[in-house]
Amino acid sequence: MKFLYAAYAATWLIHITYLALLSRRYRRLRDEMQEFHKK
Amino acid sequence: MRRLFVILALLTFGLLTFALYEGVVAAPTEQTMGEVQRIFYYHVPSAVTAFTLFLINFVVSIIYLARRSPRADALAVSTAEVGVVFCTVVLVTGPLWARPVWGIWWTWDARLTSTLLLWLIYVSYLILRRYSTSGQTPVIAAVLAVFGFLDVPFVYLANRLFRTQHPQPVYFGGPGSGADPRMTFALLMNMAAFFAFAALVCGCAFAWSAPGRTLKKLRPWKLCCCRM
Repeated sequence: MKFLYAAYAATWLIHITYLALLSRRYRRLRDEMQEFHKK
Repeated sequence: MRRLFVILALLTFGLLTFALYEGVVAAPTEQTMGEVQRIFYYHVPSAVTAFTLFLINFVVSIIYLARRSPRADALAVSTAEVGVVFCTVVLVTGPLWARPVWGIWWTWDARLTSTLLLWLIYVSYLILRRYSTSGQTPVIAAVLAVFGFLDVPFVYLANRLFRTQHPQPVYFGGPGSGADPRMTFALLMNMAAFFAFAALVCGCAFAWSAPGRTLKKLRPWKLCCCRM
């Protein structure tokens, strides 16, 4: 059972890590857009 | 637009939850491997999703080479990125399934090796997109994507053409292949859920790349974080 849990946990860990990277990219982009509009 | 995104995200979350229930609870336990066989419900849909994303990447790369469409290029990057994520899941869940069943984490058979090669090809594609500053980068990347995709049919056929440690296909493997209908249902539910999840994430990555492209055009001296 531990291999089953490990596989399911690893799957979601990989997806959540990618989503976190994607949202960080989005935040940076939004900040840059705001900075650009201010100028 | 934001409301549509929230609705789609909630639907995808619901589908993923239902698919998880089907895979872990509702589907019958396989007689030989036992509970560990349930990794199948994440391993196979992840592989199918990755292959589909690489197929889309292949098609839009050809469109880019033919028409030089920036949208096709942006979609190619988004699909490659999400495809690599799903391919990573395949390469992680595979050994976690292999260890209790085969007694080994990894073997260099045709299916496993070609899958690792596929992952390396698309990681190379993303590294090229991320670090190359040449104006020809999208063209070179598109050519790499077209040739890289040739590995996908090879991965699919590897355990049909060669003797591999990886099991023979459960579906479309000729006479005697197939599974219990409840297992097939759980598999299809997980496949639908992973497709919906991949489409949502790809949509976000694609949509957010548009303002990034505009910024790069306006401020080409600054290679900002949104570089693809």
